Amino acid sequence: MRYIWLIANKEVRTYFASPMAYVVSAAFLAITGFFFVASVSDAFSEASIRGFLAGAVFFMIFMSPAITMRLLAEEQKIGTLELLLTSPVREYEIVLGKFFAAFITMLAMLVLSLYFVIILFVYGIPDVGPILTGYLGLVLYAAATLAIGLFASALSPNQIVGLVVGSGLLTGLTIIDFVSERVQGIGAEILDALQLGASFSVFDLDSFGVAEAGHFADFARGILSVGDVVYYLSITAVFLMLTVITLETRRWR
Amino acid sequence: MIKLEHMSKYYGPYPAVLDVSFEVLKGEIVGFLGPNGAGKTTTMRVLTGFTPPTHGDAVVAGYNVVSHSLDARRHIGYLPETVPLYYDMTVTDFLSYMGMLRGMNSDWIKDRVPKVIDTVRLGDYRNALVGKLSKGYRQRTGIAQAILHEPDVLILDEPTIGIDPIQVVETRELISELGEDHTLLLSSHILPEVSMICRRVLVIHDGRIVADDRPDNLSERLQHSERIELTIRGAEPREIIAEMRQLPMVVDSRRDNRAESVAKSEREGTTSLIVDARPNAQATEIIANKVIERGWGLVNLTPLPLTLEEIFLELTTEEDLG
Repeated sequence: MRYIWLIANKEVRTYFASPMAYVVSAAFLAITGFFFVASVSDAFSEASIRGFLAGAVFFMIFMSPAITMRLLAEEQKIGTLELLLTSPVREYEIVLGKFFAAFITMLAMLVLSLYFVIILFVYGIPDVGPILTGYLGLVLYAAATLAIGLFASALSPNQIVGLVVGSGLLTGLTIIDFVSERVQGIGAEILDALQLGASFSVFDLDSFGVAEAGHFADFARGILSVGDVVYYLSITAVFLMLTVITLETRRWR
Repeated sequence: MIKLEHMSKYYGPYPAVLDVSFEVLKGEIVGFLGPNGAGKTTTMRVLTGFTPPTHGDAVVAGYNVVSHSLDARRHIGYLPETVPLYYDMTVTDFLSYMGMLRGMNSDWIKDRVPKVIDTVRLGDYRNALVGKLSKGYRQRTGIAQAILHEPDVLILDEPTIGIDPIQVVETRELISELGEDHTLLLSSHILPEVSMICRRVLVIHDGRIVADDRPDNLSERLQHSERIELTIRGAEPREIIAEMRQLPMVVDSRRDNRAESVAKSEREGTTSLIVDARPNAQATEIIANKVIERGWGLVNLTPLPLTLEEIFLELTTEEDLG
């Protein structure tokens, strides 16, 4: 436990000592800000963060791997992984430490985005429920995408490979609904059950879509469902485990 | 302190280290000598628990590096060949972080980090970013993290590679000092370096240990043996051996008992000998003159490379101080 926080602490410092955290946060706030503004600037628009949520889940497909790509790839490239793995630290402690560092950085970014909510309260009377479930969903969604990004970062010493593979996996889990629409029966249900939540219909500036069949739709609507929570937690756990296994098998190579 | 038993490590089907066994006792300073690619780094990675052996066992400080890996790792200080460091941290921050990773508490770290910085003579750079240090100072930072948690066993992989000559001298002095209170295994491909620091040398070649001796004995074996194969027609073996032994530079002379030589001698009616001579004494020329003087038929006169010598040919035996 101690080692997990130790590693997390060091990595968070590294994030905020480099331009990375600031650049990614700025880009995230600018892009989601655009969707937020577009969703509330109509004459009779609803005072909700739906536009922000749709933009956030979509762009995390690229931002989460951008945040995690350095974490394990660089240790392999410089060789410091050899220092870590010859210290009395277990693989899972390294992986969890790195994961929490990325997660804390992401949470800091989400805290900054709360000014969208403040604006809503200043200029309107928003419904609190969907905002709470929306942010809860976003936190869970962030954890799942960061776990996938971290796994991609463990695969090679090259950060770009980590970014591309991570975004690729996340995009794959997003465009599943294009496939599920074209199959029938149990196959479609299984595919829908895997859909991550974001949707390319986010670019339709009338609906600000998240995937209807995906796991984020209910959070955006203000509905909290156990299935969705379990889905994101499972994705997080599975990919963190795969990351640990990747590090362990690295020893045998 | 260090014990390897029939350890082999394969990368795919290729053995990097084959059936290596040796033991290093407490307080010993052992040099691990071999050309590049001989298996030094692989052996060290097995000892430090970075990579598990394919066969056999490795025990460090009484703990098996596979089954009691964490305990073994607590007792090892390791400097990998590439000197991996976090470039975006200061020397003091880096050492504190490594200390915590080794399970040291904060009081111990506060006490120990300045001392270690003094030991490796990095005092002026304690708050410098590791990435801004010269290669020699990075090497010292690497050594500092290895000795930080007062490990019983110190494993240094090529600690003087790639740094400038003056720093090489200083680093060697530092390592010699460290050897006073650590069990130390040091790899190198430079014979004089190992001779300077170590009292025992393991020579590894193609993944096997081929010699385990004191450095002065190794140097002697290297310098005091030139082996010559001699085949003669028309003389009694005893007569030739006696004659050879009278030559001043000849150390020993005996029948060549290798099966193919014996068969060839019988077939062709010749006598084959092995002559050991001191090096650089024009042994072949003097032997040839002697044979001709006695009127024997000189069939073959060939200098033979020694097994160990072959290895040393690949080693750097002289330093290039530029």
